[in-house]
Amino acid sequence: MASKYSNMTIQAYRRDNGRVGVRNHVVILPLDDISNAACEAVANNIKGTMAIPHAYGRLQFGEDLEVHFRTIIGTGANPNVAAVVVIGIEPGWTQRVVDGIAKTGKPVWGISIEQKGDLETIRQASWKAKEFVHYASELQREECSINELWISTKCGESDTTTGLSSCPTVGNMYDKLIPEGIYGFFGETSEITGAEHICQKRAINEEVGERWYKMWKAYQDDVIFAHQTDDLSDSQPTKGNIEGGLTTIEEKALGNLEKIGKSTQFIDILDPAEAPNSGNGLYFMDSSSAAAECVTLMAAGGAVIHTFPTGQGNVIGNPIVPVIKISGNPRTLRTMSEHIDVDVTGVLTREMTIDQAGDALIEMICRTANGRNTAAEALGHREFSMTKLYRSA
Amino acid sequence: MSEIPQLLVHEHDDNVGVVVVEGLKAGTDMLCCVTHDNSTFRMTAGADVPIGHKIALKDFKEGDTAIKYGEDIGKIIADIPKGAHVHTHNCKTKRW
Repeated sequence: MASKYSNMTIQAYRRDNGRVGVRNHVVILPLDDISNAACEAVANNIKGTMAIPHAYGRLQFGEDLEVHFRTIIGTGANPNVAAVVVIGIEPGWTQRVVDGIAKTGKPVWGISIEQKGDLETIRQASWKAKEFVHYASELQREECSINELWISTKCGESDTTTGLSSCPTVGNMYDKLIPEGIYGFFGETSEITGAEHICQKRAINEEVGERWYKMWKAYQDDVIFAHQTDDLSDSQPTKGNIEGGLTTIEEKALGNLEKIGKSTQFIDILDPAEAPNSGNGLYFMDSSSAAAECVTLMAAGGAVIHTFPTGQGNVIGNPIVPVIKISGNPRTLRTMSEHIDVDVTGVLTREMTIDQAGDALIEMICRTANGRNTAAEALGHREFSMTKLYRSA
Repeated sequence: MSEIPQLLVHEHDDNVGVVVVEGLKAGTDMLCCVTHDNSTFRMTAGADVPIGHKIALKDFKEGDTAIKYGEDIGKIIADIPKGAHVHTHNCKTKRW
């Protein structure tokens, strides 16, 4: 059924694989930690490019290695990225990343450092990066439907105001836009603890709900109960959560789950950094509750805009995905307003309804998609954190 | 609502509410709002409680359960009088 959201359009970049991007980055992407320096040198040489340095990529194996490749390839494949230069220490894994990104049809080129050295690698990669900047800078935004967006969410530095205002604002947005055909992502496996009975019931059917519960329970048993030294006080909830008035994980989880709204059901479960493969709708991604790790994984899964409720004021951004911050905490708006894109303090004073707050967020999503820089972009926040499942070999 | 509430409560079943103004002082006659249906009641704050922190809506005994969002959010580990501050010193997770 048509709603007032059905005809909303945005000006965005349509990629060769049909996906819609809202940014047009030329990325210099390291396969591994020791290729960061060469990538940063290329990005310094060629204006309009961005290096994405990170900490890992050597001697990983098994599922941990798969998460690494999904994250790196997914980052390059994201529709917010126009073209990619990949640099790795050796040619084998470098080519695997190039081949993964090439499936999108976008320009991608790789080079390895061994038997050349940094300087020759930087010379060749800079020439290719310059070619990609000319290519990307001539691409034009075109009219796309709002329902072509893939929008993720994860909250951070939560407090009791997030459960009252900014999280239900995101939930209201999903209740309005998921029926229009967008893809949505939520996750934060550990942070559903205390609300798992509610989350399981929000699966589209019993089979998905049971798979979801098994995934959640496996994390409890294999990670938390296997490694805990206390009741996780100071970790989950965090010191910042506790300062903001959250007392227990159960309380935090119930507020967190407000992000999926009143009516939206999730249709499938994704591994970390996995791209959705079951059509449009809301997906749960098995992911850390640490902000940068989670946003990095969802961006690698293909999200092009991230909605981030915060109470106490998490300042996170992401290199390739604009992170829209929403807060209803008046102290945070008073003391650190430069980080907040959508002010929903009116929900606490009862001068703004959740319906109005959801519409304000949808308006900001459209403006951001059209090119408005978010607070995190303007402040230079480019946190990129790889999820590591266990020690490298 | 012409007067701004000092305390918000999610559901009628809840036994704790959230302070949503800065600098709340003990003795304040609070306007309290249940967000589920915007119904209101009044209650006196029993302590200076920071913004975002919780206040007991009833007298608690050790071993009681704190309810918020209409759900169990943890166990009460000390007696708490109505109007007092509820936080990590008197309420703990039942998990982990």
